[in-house]
Amino acid sequence: MLHIKCPHCGMRSQNEFSYGGDATIKRPELNKEISDQDWNNFVYNRKSLRGKHLELWQHLSGCRQWIKVERDTATHEIFKTLKANQDI
Amino acid sequence: MQKYSIFNLIKNAFSGHQNWDLAWKDATPKKEYDVIIIGGGGHGLATAYYLAKEHNITNVAIIEKGWLGGGNMGRNTTIIRSNYMHDDNALFSEFGMDLWRKMSQDLNYNVMFSPRGIINLAHSDAQMNVFARRGNSMRLNDIDAVLLNREEVKEIIPMADFSENVRFPIFGGLMQPSAGTARHDAVAWGYARQADSMGVDIIQNCEVTGFDVSGGKINGVRTSRGDIKVKKIGLCVAGSTNILAEKLNMTIPVETHLLQACVTEPVKPVLDKVVTFGAGHFYISQSDKGEMVMGGDLDGYNSYAQRGNLPTLQHVLTEGIAMMPFLSKLKMLRTWGGIMDMSMDGSPIIDKTHIEGLYLNCGWCYGGFKATPASGWTFAHTIAQDRVHKLNEGYSLSRFNTGHLLDEKGLGTKTWIS
Repeated sequence: MLHIKCPHCGMRSQNEFSYGGDATIKRPELNKEISDQDWNNFVYNRKSLRGKHLELWQHLSGCRQWIKVERDTATHEIFKTLKANQDI
Repeated sequence: MQKYSIFNLIKNAFSGHQNWDLAWKDATPKKEYDVIIIGGGGHGLATAYYLAKEHNITNVAIIEKGWLGGGNMGRNTTIIRSNYMHDDNALFSEFGMDLWRKMSQDLNYNVMFSPRGIINLAHSDAQMNVFARRGNSMRLNDIDAVLLNREEVKEIIPMADFSENVRFPIFGGLMQPSAGTARHDAVAWGYARQADSMGVDIIQNCEVTGFDVSGGKINGVRTSRGDIKVKKIGLCVAGSTNILAEKLNMTIPVETHLLQACVTEPVKPVLDKVVTFGAGHFYISQSDKGEMVMGGDLDGYNSYAQRGNLPTLQHVLTEGIAMMPFLSKLKMLRTWGGIMDMSMDGSPIIDKTHIEGLYLNCGWCYGGFKATPASGWTFAHTIAQDRVHKLNEGYSLSRFNTGHLLDEKGLGTKTWIS
């Protein structure tokens, strides 16, 4: 069981959270000319790193806030959790 | 190569089975190959076998980081089926079913293919309608499909929960009688033995550390056992695809996730079908040893750990017990995890890449094992002819660019959508 420290609620168990994927993916800016490739990178292509991975989780059965978690994808160790609008 | 037969078995019995040939040799890498397959799992071994058999290309090496068949080939739940609705998936899988039926003879190795049938349970009228549609699509593609009502399902699997006051009552199910299971390790060993006998080098404990690409063309591969020159490389590395893609400066529509499976203690024969739960994600069959083999959802977050967490296992087994209450009486013998190459539309990729001489085989999600022969066959064709076969046209890498997604179930990495 993962234990994730929600920046709003404190340490909670994994069951309360749902996963939102890679947090470093940025949506292309609105009203700007972008290529199909840019859009493809945003929607589909992922690095899926082995090791430190910055990702989004939602505290679904808690405060319902989206948060950022820095976690090792090989060991599942969690290094850091942040509010969604904070940068690492 | 020594043929496996009853006569050879008797002959070798006289010498106490001490004089059998090795099934394959432990090769050391040569300086140069025509084709290198990275990944010594089922798909890699099958690809090498069909390269040699169908295309007469035998200057081939398989490089494997660990040991042969030690990844997902040794961790799956051995289910073989072709109950797909979309033509691309259906025709590809049914071509594979044909190869499965002939495999033991073809490889001179008993892969214990057991076409016992699969039943997908339906738990509502709407789901019955969906299954009727899928069954009709299957039959249009010459795949056997039978829509069963509640009473018919009850006759086949009476141990499922048919009581009145359950949360997900069984309305019926869709059965593919020709689906089944096979002995997963035997498939790897059978392909390895035949490939080796035709001249393929199987090189284990050899990790790929980099690629030699220049002018948009592949020239070689760097490994922990030296650099090797090569004209063509096929990637068959399932859960390690993202790691190798990074070494090639590629980002691909695949995420690496963790999938668990488990077996109970062995019990007497009770279940002679593969059964899936329709109100969640749970599948079960009974192995020849008597263990109930079970699996279900991904753990749900990116992982390379090859071991899972309990919440997912508990969730999956809760579904199992809802479907077949007797399971709660059994003890769990083993649980394990494998790392899956989850593509974004839930369908695989077998294609060329923008790098000349580099071919990609990945994105198998939950269904890599059953695809082993068809994947090897089509990938060998793609590599040998430098063009995709009609059977794997739909599995292109560019479909994510063009919008021609193959969304059989409408979910890839996002399990929460279901």
